[in-house]
Amino acid sequence: MTALSHTTEVVDPVPGAGAPHLPGQPPLVQLLTPEGERVEHPDYSVDVGDQELRALYRDLVLVRRWDVEATALQRQGELGIWASLLGQEAAQVGAGHALAADDMAFPTYREHGVAWVRGVDPLQVISLFRGVDAGGWDPVATGFNLYTVVIGAQTLHATGYAMGVQRDCAESAVLAFLGDGATSQGEVNEAMIWASSLSAPVVFFCQNNQYAISVPIERQSRVPLYQRAAGFGFPGVRVDGNDVLAVLAVTRAALAAARDGQGPTFIEAFTYRMGAHTTSDDPTRYRLASELEEWKLRDPIARVKAYLARSGIADADFFAAIEAEGDELAARIRKGTLDMPDPAGTEIFDHVYAEMPPPLAAQRAEFVEYHAGFEGGVER
Amino acid sequence: MTETLTIGKALNLGLRRALEDDPKVVLMGEDIGRLGGVFRITDGLQKDFGDDRVVDTPLAEAGIVGTAVGLAMRGYRPVCEIQFDGFVFPAYNQLVTQVAKIHARSRGRLAMPIVIRIPFGGGIGAVEHHSESPEAYFAHTAGLKVVAVSTPADAYWGIQQAIAHPDPIVFLEPKRRYWEKAAVDLDGTPSPLFASRVVRGGDDVTVLAYGPMVKTALQAAEAAAEEGRSLEVIDLRTISPLDLDPVFASVRRTGRCVVVHEAPVTLGLGAEIAARVTETCFHSLEAPVLRVGGYDTPYPPSKLEEEYLPDLDRVLDAVDRSMGF
Repeated sequence: MTALSHTTEVVDPVPGAGAPHLPGQPPLVQLLTPEGERVEHPDYSVDVGDQELRALYRDLVLVRRWDVEATALQRQGELGIWASLLGQEAAQVGAGHALAADDMAFPTYREHGVAWVRGVDPLQVISLFRGVDAGGWDPVATGFNLYTVVIGAQTLHATGYAMGVQRDCAESAVLAFLGDGATSQGEVNEAMIWASSLSAPVVFFCQNNQYAISVPIERQSRVPLYQRAAGFGFPGVRVDGNDVLAVLAVTRAALAAARDGQGPTFIEAFTYRMGAHTTSDDPTRYRLASELEEWKLRDPIARVKAYLARSGIADADFFAAIEAEGDELAARIRKGTLDMPDPAGTEIFDHVYAEMPPPLAAQRAEFVEYHAGFEGGVER
Repeated sequence: MTETLTIGKALNLGLRRALEDDPKVVLMGEDIGRLGGVFRITDGLQKDFGDDRVVDTPLAEAGIVGTAVGLAMRGYRPVCEIQFDGFVFPAYNQLVTQVAKIHARSRGRLAMPIVIRIPFGGGIGAVEHHSESPEAYFAHTAGLKVVAVSTPADAYWGIQQAIAHPDPIVFLEPKRRYWEKAAVDLDGTPSPLFASRVVRGGDDVTVLAYGPMVKTALQAAEAAAEEGRSLEVIDLRTISPLDLDPVFASVRRTGRCVVVHEAPVTLGLGAEIAARVTETCFHSLEAPVLRVGGYDTPYPPSKLEEEYLPDLDRVLDAVDRSMGF
């Protein structure tokens, strides 16, 4: 053992994950247990009718089906890479449902569930991972920004956007997504300082999925992440990220407070990335299979299904219909991906600037002329 | 109306006019409000336009530029002040990975009309990180435009043009020339922002400069004239995009070209310009394009900066070498 061993020793690879309700573990807002039992929370409640419950279930199932299909497409060589949301469906669908139409979301690169709820077509997300473009959707029209790959950079954009909301005296809020790894980034800390200092209407929604690729959460933080908020001067709350109702309740409340001028909130959605970081990753190198098995017992979809079935809100026909809809969606995604045209070569140049400078226009013209010389099948 | 203004005051008036003309213009930076900026470029603006439009930010450059991105997405036109050139690097990530790329990433759906004002260059006897010339980093980044002004008139008009422009612009201010004075026609017609300008005609050697080195080049031309040599001095004004057609026309006449900048010569703007001039004017050149610039060292302590910075003599030395070919 070296003198530094005390800083590298892994005591509990996923603090609180094994037993979030044991004494000594941080509190965690939960409204639907892993067994599908509705429970009350003193501070958070959610008023969802049967129809919305079925809609939540539908979204959870469909985004997972989309995710499975995208992973398969990547394995078959149709996508360059895919960042799976497996296990994080409740965090994303719950957060997405909490957004109002005029709110704005700033995702990382894994918020496919939020994209879905915001009405972004899956193929417009797939196009990014296929290498056709950087995301095909309109961020303004959907209220869902383009994916940001540099970790945490979007939290500052969200905060600046919220400063604009303040100046416009608009009743909107901004939802900034980030992961547990991002909390170590300087820019994320700057965003929280700005948001607090200016009381900006932004909610930081951190999906703590326990790993930043391979590095476990305790390398990022020695305190539960939601407790960080106190140091910045705004509330922090840990919610069961696999409980779509609790996520919805907590995020709705935070966004409402932001719209009401009460400033930011930090939400730690405690969850687990059940798949790999991306299709290029191999999680067997850094985590135990038993850990995954434990988290499977807290599956975000199974508990909703159990609750819907037990309470009679949905029947076997409903579940079968959703399954069938999922298969149709998967087929549409598959066909749409295979049919997706490659972009024109001149796309390289055409959107770099609002006003293309003459030297770039000259390069573009050279490019066109060069490639024209290959017509007739010389170059494919 | 024509007024005699320093570059600093011209920037102040230009910013004032931009704030008046467009309610979406927001100034952000460290100490720019109550203090008026460490160089007083924003003096009096917060008092007149309020602290929502002239924002004293927390002390973090990435935060200044990163929040500007969000404001721009919301329809604002942020003008960020980076207090000194050497402090832009904490914001480098936001500038290079976000500001520069969002228009392309969004396939033109999101414009980034952001101006990053940076007092740049040496010569003021400062400590480390206060005298740097980082322009090549930004000129190398597709998606950014880079402008370097050298006169009060260009400062006054250029800052307004940059703020009105739809693309992000790194706006470099020659800090050691902030106190240089000249007459500015406040109602005149400005020159285009992305255009170089012949500031002194000549026949023997074409000398290119921008920002603080324009004055040095003009001093060199004056001294050369006394020795019977005629230097043509071109103020590049814009670093990205480069406007080189006037340069090519000049070099085709003179056959000789010297590029002057404070930044280190290796992979500096002079390298790019030398390549371009050579590609385009090869048959007209009587000598290789020569570069006068900073050495490939960190910017030195101020007692050594006169040795580091290009001055009249080093420009003339390069002119001599060019003429000697």
